[in-house]
Amino acid sequence: MKTVRILAVLLTLSLFFGHTALAAERLRLATTTSTENSGLLSVLLPPFEKAHDCKVDVIAVGTGKAIKLGETGDVDVILVHARAQEDRFVAEGYGVNRRDVMYNDFVILGPTEDPADIKGLTDGAEALKKIAAAQATFVSRGDESGTHSKEKSLWKAAGITPAGQWYLEAGRGMGEVITMATERRGYTLADRGTYIAYKSKTDLQVLTEGDKALFNPYGVIPVNPKKHPHVKIELAEAFAGYLTGAEGQSIIANYRKNGEQLFFLYK
Amino acid sequence: MGFLFESFQHAISLILSFDREVFNTVWTSLYTSTVAILLAAAVGVPFGTFLGLGRFAGRRAVLTLLNTLMALPTVVVGLVLFGLFSRQGPLGSWGFLFTPWAMIAGQMVLATPIVANYTVAAVAGADPRIMTTALTLGASRLRAMRQLLLETRFGIIAAIVAGFGRVIAEVGVAMMLGGNIRGYTRTMTTAIALETSKGEFAFGLALGIVLLTVALVVNLFLNLLQQR
Repeated sequence: MKTVRILAVLLTLSLFFGHTALAAERLRLATTTSTENSGLLSVLLPPFEKAHDCKVDVIAVGTGKAIKLGETGDVDVILVHARAQEDRFVAEGYGVNRRDVMYNDFVILGPTEDPADIKGLTDGAEALKKIAAAQATFVSRGDESGTHSKEKSLWKAAGITPAGQWYLEAGRGMGEVITMATERRGYTLADRGTYIAYKSKTDLQVLTEGDKALFNPYGVIPVNPKKHPHVKIELAEAFAGYLTGAEGQSIIANYRKNGEQLFFLYK
Repeated sequence: MGFLFESFQHAISLILSFDREVFNTVWTSLYTSTVAILLAAAVGVPFGTFLGLGRFAGRRAVLTLLNTLMALPTVVVGLVLFGLFSRQGPLGSWGFLFTPWAMIAGQMVLATPIVANYTVAAVAGADPRIMTTALTLGASRLRAMRQLLLETRFGIIAAIVAGFGRVIAEVGVAMMLGGNIRGYTRTMTTAIALETSKGEFAFGLALGIVLLTVALVVNLFLNLLQQR
């Protein structure tokens, strides 16, 4: 019966340790892979956690899923980048008090050979038109993320419904898509932050940039407690205030990866 | 080749340096899997024993069902429990989603059919005289069953080892129900998935090596129990 005793001890131990992890107050933040993978959150969150004696649980998914998690009340606050979807989220009463946090921009990456000859273009839709015309490989996120919805709006602006052997819908995160485009020598739309973070792992170049349509704003939205009474609205509001307040903003502005600034402030 | 070599180097330094974050994910993996497998054993072993010994109508159908459940894809378990545990689901008020408890529940669902199946095999394959001898020696039916389980402990522990292997190595349930939250629900497997998605292949593989090492230690321990 020694076995049973050992197992019992193990069980008690594991329950004990599992429980201590539950002790502090937890704020659930659904956000995009770009904020998590860029490493920004790991410097941005600790001061807030310390000041409010809480833990921020980061659930890093695509913007589409992050908004869904807000709608179902499975998280307390969202930090995302898809303005149209965010406005709908607020208009339908799921979120309250949306605030601008920061921005960066999207770029079109491609191989140095540049078979579609888009280098130097500043018009995103124009570049996509040329890629489609050349039937050059294009890797799409295909996952309803903020980047994906931006890509779809660009295709729409170009008047093209992308389909065919050259158009690959990956259904994966930004980093994986950059890796995939690198391996397949294709083009892709990426947020600049993730691209900079990946620079050492890819030889793709920024070929098209600077279009107003490629602007990428991030917003923070607490989930509406009227829809979901269990939401920790005070902590969520405090978090939104922290991100948009002096301390959070200066951390965002001073964050560098590979010596480059990833996110910019509204001034 | 450089990539594989780098991973091994990385893995060894991770283990030796006792990196806090890695230690945390190892711990999360271990304790969720351990609790899950103990719960699965608490359900699976009695159920398997009952099925292995019992002779009743529909037994074959139950066995077939059990075999089928062994093939449950982890993402399907994740999806179903996600629907249950989400705030919109029937058990939403428990607030289970994105906590270790949700992962434990999912892993238990995965492991129970495996434990039950292996137990059926162990019990059905045992010397049929064990029960009858114990009974003729005056043991109660419960006592006789205990004797049977003791005699078949090799098979029972194999059942637990198999179930444990399944839950500690799975990624679907942990990712969907746990949410891969750093320091809370990030397990070895979701950490590997994350590092891979970040393009940190060497680090991901290093974590894989650490995971295997942990599994080795656990199995050495269970092996000791079997030898007793």
